[in-house]
Amino acid sequence: MQFEVVDFVPLAVLIPFFGAAFAFAFYRNQATQKAITIGALILTVLLELVLLAEVWHGGAHAVQLAGWPAPFGISMVIDRFAALMLVVSSFITLAVLLYAVGQGAAEEKNDAGPVSIFYPTYLILVAGVSNAFLAGDLFNLYVGFEIFLTASYVLLTLGGGEARIRAGVTYVVVSILSSMLFLITIGLMYAAAGTVNLADLALKLSELDRGTQLMLHVMLLVAFGIKAAVFPLAFWLPDSYPTAPAPVTAVFAGLLTKVGIYAMIRTETLLFPGERINTVLMIVAGLTMLVGILGALAQADIKRMLSFTLISHIGYLVFGLALSSVIGMAATIYYVAHHITIQTTLFLVTGLIERRAGTANVDRLGGLARISPVLALLFFIPAMNLAGIPPFSGFVGKLGIMQGGIAENTWITWTLVAASVLTSLLTLLAVSRIWARGFWRRAEDVEDPERIMLQKSLVHARAANKRLLPASMVAPTAMLVTMSLAFTVFAGPLMNFSRAAAQDMYERTPYLEAVLGQERVDGVREELVDFTTGYVVDLEPNDGGAAEFAPVRTSLQPEVEIDERGSATVEVEEQAEPEGGDE
Amino acid sequence: MTINLTLLVVMGAMLAVGIYLLLERSLTRVLLGIILISNGVNLLILQTSGRAGEPPIVRDGMEAGDYLDPLPQALLLTAIVIAFAMVALLLALIYRSWVLGRQDEVTDDEEDRRVAATIGAHDPEEDADVGTETSEFIDAVDPATGTVRSVSPAEPRDDAATALTEGSRGAGES
Repeated sequence: MQFEVVDFVPLAVLIPFFGAAFAFAFYRNQATQKAITIGALILTVLLELVLLAEVWHGGAHAVQLAGWPAPFGISMVIDRFAALMLVVSSFITLAVLLYAVGQGAAEEKNDAGPVSIFYPTYLILVAGVSNAFLAGDLFNLYVGFEIFLTASYVLLTLGGGEARIRAGVTYVVVSILSSMLFLITIGLMYAAAGTVNLADLALKLSELDRGTQLMLHVMLLVAFGIKAAVFPLAFWLPDSYPTAPAPVTAVFAGLLTKVGIYAMIRTETLLFPGERINTVLMIVAGLTMLVGILGALAQADIKRMLSFTLISHIGYLVFGLALSSVIGMAATIYYVAHHITIQTTLFLVTGLIERRAGTANVDRLGGLARISPVLALLFFIPAMNLAGIPPFSGFVGKLGIMQGGIAENTWITWTLVAASVLTSLLTLLAVSRIWARGFWRRAEDVEDPERIMLQKSLVHARAANKRLLPASMVAPTAMLVTMSLAFTVFAGPLMNFSRAAAQDMYERTPYLEAVLGQERVDGVREELVDFTTGYVVDLEPNDGGAAEFAPVRTSLQPEVEIDERGSATVEVEEQAEPEGGDE
Repeated sequence: MTINLTLLVVMGAMLAVGIYLLLERSLTRVLLGIILISNGVNLLILQTSGRAGEPPIVRDGMEAGDYLDPLPQALLLTAIVIAFAMVALLLALIYRSWVLGRQDEVTDDEEDRRVAATIGAHDPEEDADVGTETSEFIDAVDPATGTVRSVSPAEPRDDAATALTEGSRGAGES
């Protein structure tokens, strides 16, 4: 029997799991645990890079576990979007792990239980996230969610201090509630359609009564909305994230909400394509942006402020999703990858600030730029990136989403574009306040400064830097900052890749063919194509529809070729910075 | 699809009671609510297999419709295991919260307290100076003898709690 590289997809889940088991086995020996954990994650990253290279031009692949064919067995599906998310998430988790090792295993003195649990739990979290990205059926998606949520409960309450327990209880109860909603929806979907396989559901759900479809759709969105922290369901987030250790908060903020968004995008494109509730989604997106960023402005603590900006930027992703167009979805995919990196980086830098200055409260910070220029640089780049200042990737992603909104050209999308711009400016205000107070003002001007900030001379202060900011923590942070810059430098190829991924997801045939096989899809191909061309704008950019729907002609427009199998490949054209053409 | 009405009614009742308990402030009741909800959901999944049928082992000459659909039971088993783990973890958290803060309640978060401080809000019921012993059970146990003190029916529970709080406050002042 011939094996292909993509058949090794399940290893992306299994390697971290085995790593976790071995790490548990060596609970007495921290050094071995560290080596196993780092080794397992590096292996995962390498595997996922190979997988990404494999699907870069090839569309979707499915692995039927234990050889049971699709609607009956468990399938794992990797397509462009899933592969990109896997690679980004593994890179992030690896960097955060190195940071945590540098920090001494996430506050080792608190984790002084009989068993050292940080590393194994961390690997289980990674396995759960990978499983959720690869899941080919709803129930496996639920299991993936539960795996990483359970790991996250443990990580959030690490050490079991009073504040963490308090935050942890809220987080656990809210998460369980959303999981229960998800489970109810799975039950109802099975009752209605008789399957939980995503590809099979995609074909069968459209035969259902429209009212039933709408109910299942909304229930699923509410369940994922809680996990993704979308506006009316987001208030658990700023309350629970900031109390955890810095590396834990960083990986939660970067990844966990994005898995919710991933699930939303996946089900929205595959199971419920079309524009039925797009207006509602857009209103929700706008409110998420504005309420989130207004909350951020009211905060003095950097961690809490960042938690609110996290909520607000989820709004962009929901907006891009609600556009139901290839332009909007491509930008959303790009923005998800960018935002995972940026948000994680900012939380790591905040951890460094807290270590150096003894507090993360902006009112009590000052003079950091003078004391540690490196720290200032590490904060400045991702902060400006978050706000979407032009050369950075945040700008490219936001611009793409707004272009999608402008191309759609209705009152609601214009309102959302305005809200996006406003949110972007307010984000700039929020981060520049931290910059101006924490880094730029003189340390002597702070009203109630930490003693550690008042060194006798600059030489003393720089000496303290060595002790408080070890290279083992600064280097992973710098690595992430570099990665976020790479999103800017390689924005052209990445945007083209995202566009191909978006096209795949809206066409749906690549995914369905991979899971169900060609014969099954051939029977319904015409319906699918009719539906897609009827609903999704500019799927084939050569037909003139693009010009009609996209009055703003930009260099971000795709160059797509349809090959003989009907799947699209994107020409990676030689171009300068993609934002060059947008001015 | 045929649905067992008894199971449906039981499921509805469990979900309703569970949601009611989930809205309580006491963590133990929240936990009980979660247990009820998760079991209600399990019943829901069980019902999606329709009416009971023959065991799903392939035999010659059987109509496909005569077999029981086994998939929901497989899903259900996984869901039970997950819910069990969640409940155990939550129980540990609640116990820890009790050990640390003598709190069996969801406490106000930072934002609540800040807003309350900013507008100078004072809710006599919420903000009154009460003892930290909020359990309904521990007050009734006499620490000296370990016996359970009987609460006379003439004396309503709330009054007993208030009297005890005042007693502890008096002890603090003296």
